[in-house]
Amino acid sequence: MIFNITRKELKSLFSSPMGWVVLALLQFVFGTFFLNGIEQYFQTMSGAIRPEQRIGVTEFVGANIFGIASFVMLFAVPLLSMRLISDERRQQTLTFLFSAPLSLTEIVVGKFLGLVTFLSIVIFFLAAMMSTLNFWAEIDFGYIAANVIGLWLLVASFSSLGVYVSSLTQQPIVAGIISFIALFALLLLDNFMAGDPTGTMSYLSLMRHFEPFSRGLLDTRDVAYFLLFIVTFLTLTVRRLDADRLRG
Amino acid sequence: MTTVTVEARELTRIYGGREAVRDVSFTLNKGEVLGFLGPNGAGKSTSMKMLTGNLAPSKGSVKICGIDMIENPKEAKALIGYLPEQPPLYRELTVDEFLAIAARLHRVSGSHVKKAVRIAKERCGLTEMGGRLIENLSKGYQQRVGIAQAIIHNPMVVILDEPTVGLDPIQIRDIRNLIKELGGEHSVILSTHILPEVEMVCDRVQIIHKGQMVFNGSIDVLKQQRHGNRLLVGLSRAPANEELLKIPGVTSVETLPSGLLRVRHAEGGAPAEQLVQAAVNQNWGLYQINPDQTSLEEVFVQLTFQEQAA
Repeated sequence: MIFNITRKELKSLFSSPMGWVVLALLQFVFGTFFLNGIEQYFQTMSGAIRPEQRIGVTEFVGANIFGIASFVMLFAVPLLSMRLISDERRQQTLTFLFSAPLSLTEIVVGKFLGLVTFLSIVIFFLAAMMSTLNFWAEIDFGYIAANVIGLWLLVASFSSLGVYVSSLTQQPIVAGIISFIALFALLLLDNFMAGDPTGTMSYLSLMRHFEPFSRGLLDTRDVAYFLLFIVTFLTLTVRRLDADRLRG
Repeated sequence: MTTVTVEARELTRIYGGREAVRDVSFTLNKGEVLGFLGPNGAGKSTSMKMLTGNLAPSKGSVKICGIDMIENPKEAKALIGYLPEQPPLYRELTVDEFLAIAARLHRVSGSHVKKAVRIAKERCGLTEMGGRLIENLSKGYQQRVGIAQAIIHNPMVVILDEPTVGLDPIQIRDIRNLIKELGGEHSVILSTHILPEVEMVCDRVQIIHKGQMVFNGSIDVLKQQRHGNRLLVGLSRAPANEELLKIPGVTSVETLPSGLLRVRHAEGGAPAEQLVQAAVNQNWGLYQINPDQTSLEEVFVQLTFQEQAA
């Protein structure tokens, strides 16, 4: 049943130009940065004589491109998530889902997975692009895997917040703007709190938990943080939709 | 054998201290078509939302084929097909795509989806529209897609909220036939404020007013109330009213502003034949005689008005 909702969401995304355009644009951006990264690698490395100055091509290009990806997703995810529930509310199609033999959790998780699946396509292409470096260099697949997992968790967290904000309003644009601001604040929380890096507030920052992944470090604490983040916002969404049924 | 498909008990819904629906109870048997009547804002849609599990009742319970909507919503919802007031349509999809999604979400197994879509399209006259985007369809066709969506999984109970709104007269006739047809094997609940429609398709009628049920019974009861013991007679050379009162069975005569006479007669005894005979014999110049029906509207107004006065 969850799968059916996911399928429906993907169909909606790809039945309008929106889905295709976003995929193409993201691929274009990442491709450009990838090319730039390789070019810069040759320039920098030809200047680096001493061995300690030399770093691997995976890390050099990867750090660049995955850093950019996390930032680009900050714009892309609210753009895609804003319609998920708010538009259904506005078009009165939420009734269609509520009348079907589905639990609210199935509806919310299905929608979330639909969005995450779509974004996984982007991440997959990104990983595939990085892997092509393997044709002429020996690359560090572990480093790529950690980055991909980190980016995936980060994007899933973005999506869960986006889904929640979308359930609060009838206007997709409002949902989009609020999600963007909320994500932006969460991402940069540790920058604002730079004076106190051990504080609780800076611990909540998404970037702080993404950073170990981008160094190639897979830490269960960070994985747990992202999973909790996702579960929290999906639960809130279910509660919000349940309130619709109870309060009308 | 009659099986109860819908059982609503003391449904009450309170919106911010105001009771939108109060103590609505009824049962519906298999194969019956129930008409839900009421003026705007009477609580028709609210009741339907509660029946379909879109809104939690403040008090009371709903059972669909014995399954409680609150305790076991998924099982109960699987037995219902619902068309809300505004048809829920994904405008960016084609009719086929949308109906396939509806079928899958309503637990039609993968191999039967295509067949279910085809049958639903046939029943709603959408066969040629399969490849069109819902966005580009006219209001009437969109309404049909909404109905197709509600019957695609062959539910036990079909709940339609104002299904004929926005349709042209021919489409309305088609849809009414469809509803009658559905009534054969499913139970249908239909809300409307078009009274003749109720008379045409429904077996039973419920009139709801200000959240309360004011009438619940067979359509025949309503029809009886409608056919009063009155005749409308047009005479070009009308005699004095006393002359008419002499005809056996006539109890009172009243001249209407239009020049017609309203003749009341005793229960059962229809004096039409004697009246015509007398008119011919005495050369009154009879040009019209027909039973004086109270329109359904009047019955409706009476029923809702009585409640107000009480």
